[in-house]
Amino acid sequence: MIEIKDLRKSFESKVVLDGVDLTIEKGKITVIIGRSGEGKSVLIKHIIGLLRPDSGKIMLDDVEITALKEREFNGMRKRFGMLFQGAALFDSMTVSENVGFPLVEHTDLNEEDVLKIVKEKLRRVGLEGVEDLMPAELSGGMKKRVGLARAIVMDPEIVLFDEPTAGLDPIMSDSIGDLVLETQRALQTTYIVITHDITLTYKIADKIAMLHEGRIIEQGSVEEMKANRNPIVRQFLEGRAQGPIKVY
Amino acid sequence: MIREYLEEVGRKTEYVINSAGAIAIMLAQAVMYTFVPPIKLRNMFKQMEFVGVESLFVVILTGTFTGMVLALQSFNALKRFGAESLVAPTVALSMARELGPVLTGLMVTGRAGSAMATELGTMRVSEQIDALVTMAVNPIKYLVVPRVVAGVLMFPVLTIISDFVGVVGGYIVGVKFLGINSGVYIARTLDFVNVHDIFYGLKKSLAFGLITATVACFHGFYAKGGAEGVGRAATSSVVMGSVLILVSDYLLSSIMSY
Repeated sequence: MIEIKDLRKSFESKVVLDGVDLTIEKGKITVIIGRSGEGKSVLIKHIIGLLRPDSGKIMLDDVEITALKEREFNGMRKRFGMLFQGAALFDSMTVSENVGFPLVEHTDLNEEDVLKIVKEKLRRVGLEGVEDLMPAELSGGMKKRVGLARAIVMDPEIVLFDEPTAGLDPIMSDSIGDLVLETQRALQTTYIVITHDITLTYKIADKIAMLHEGRIIEQGSVEEMKANRNPIVRQFLEGRAQGPIKVY
Repeated sequence: MIREYLEEVGRKTEYVINSAGAIAIMLAQAVMYTFVPPIKLRNMFKQMEFVGVESLFVVILTGTFTGMVLALQSFNALKRFGAESLVAPTVALSMARELGPVLTGLMVTGRAGSAMATELGTMRVSEQIDALVTMAVNPIKYLVVPRVVAGVLMFPVLTIISDFVGVVGGYIVGVKFLGINSGVYIARTLDFVNVHDIFYGLKKSLAFGLITATVACFHGFYAKGGAEGVGRAATSSVVMGSVLILVSDYLLSSIMSY
């Protein structure tokens, strides 16, 4: 279980996170929604220690991870996987080197065993025969799949997704949604997804939390959120330009 | 008007001091992580190939022509004193002590330094460096250390090659074009140049390698602002690297002459 308590972060004079409180349950898919630029990425970057908060804390089980030193955090990071918005594949490496990278860095497995695991993970994300391609030769959807394979290659307890469907067509988005569900069900991993894709959110979420003006303003199951009367939530879920949220 | 000017000066000064501090910290970390196991030789060899082997052509070309033009110009000057044979040590000493290391440094900064900054900058803006961190891999150790090690090891090697081809270039012009006796040319070179002169240049080139690689890694590593930022990182790394090479060349020369 991850507990985020009163997390605050500003960049220069701009307040991005203004006291975020959120509990993320183990083995569930928590989707954090909110407009672009509301600080969703900033929030998950705190969970994996890419950013440090100005104040507040994040507890992972009973460990206050925000208080860990960089070196101690590295041990913690092996429990995480992360899929970046642009997949962030290393473009100097082939697909199989990318997926196998964490194994090569952190285990003593030999080349053959690494390749076996890599192939198995690639199959799990629906890719076969792409091992020797370079990332530049892949389509956007394939990059996301490879990125997901890399994120789950170490069988992490928690996987973070930064806009998994950004830039994909609706059909590809739906298939990424399926993939998220399949991989999560198989291992009962904790998934944290940030997105503004409402279709995806309804498809995969066990719990939805909405980030607005630096705080979690509402949260609940898909049904609860659909029934939520908060005009800000309504405007966002229905995708209207008119409403309490100002469009700049 | 004056206030704006002062603010601008203040901003620039702050930037310079901040950068100097950040570069020093990055260098200290790189030095530390160089000796922290596990040491990944594969990455180092890859960078050494990139900095060293792939710079060979441009270094040989620059070295040869520099030696040739040195012979030509010093011949014109020395002829007036009837000391044509001193062309040989002039070329050899200038190459070994000064032009070999400096020109190699500048050329390799332009070629490899800009490429390092571009590569790391692209990795930064496409979140590949963040991805390394999330996979519990230290990006300084993984990305910066091999490049700095390659710079420090390969600059002296390239400098020796540059020295050698410079002397050969000087020999060709001096002996074949200007008519200095071949035996005299070689003898004069050996008379005046000793191994200390070569080491003198190599020590400098070692420092230049460290400067180029660290500056390039710094600009790439902290690049921001998409493609434009990556371009800026490449430009800054070449400008800053080249200026620092020239400044430190003077400083090192004056320190080493005591």
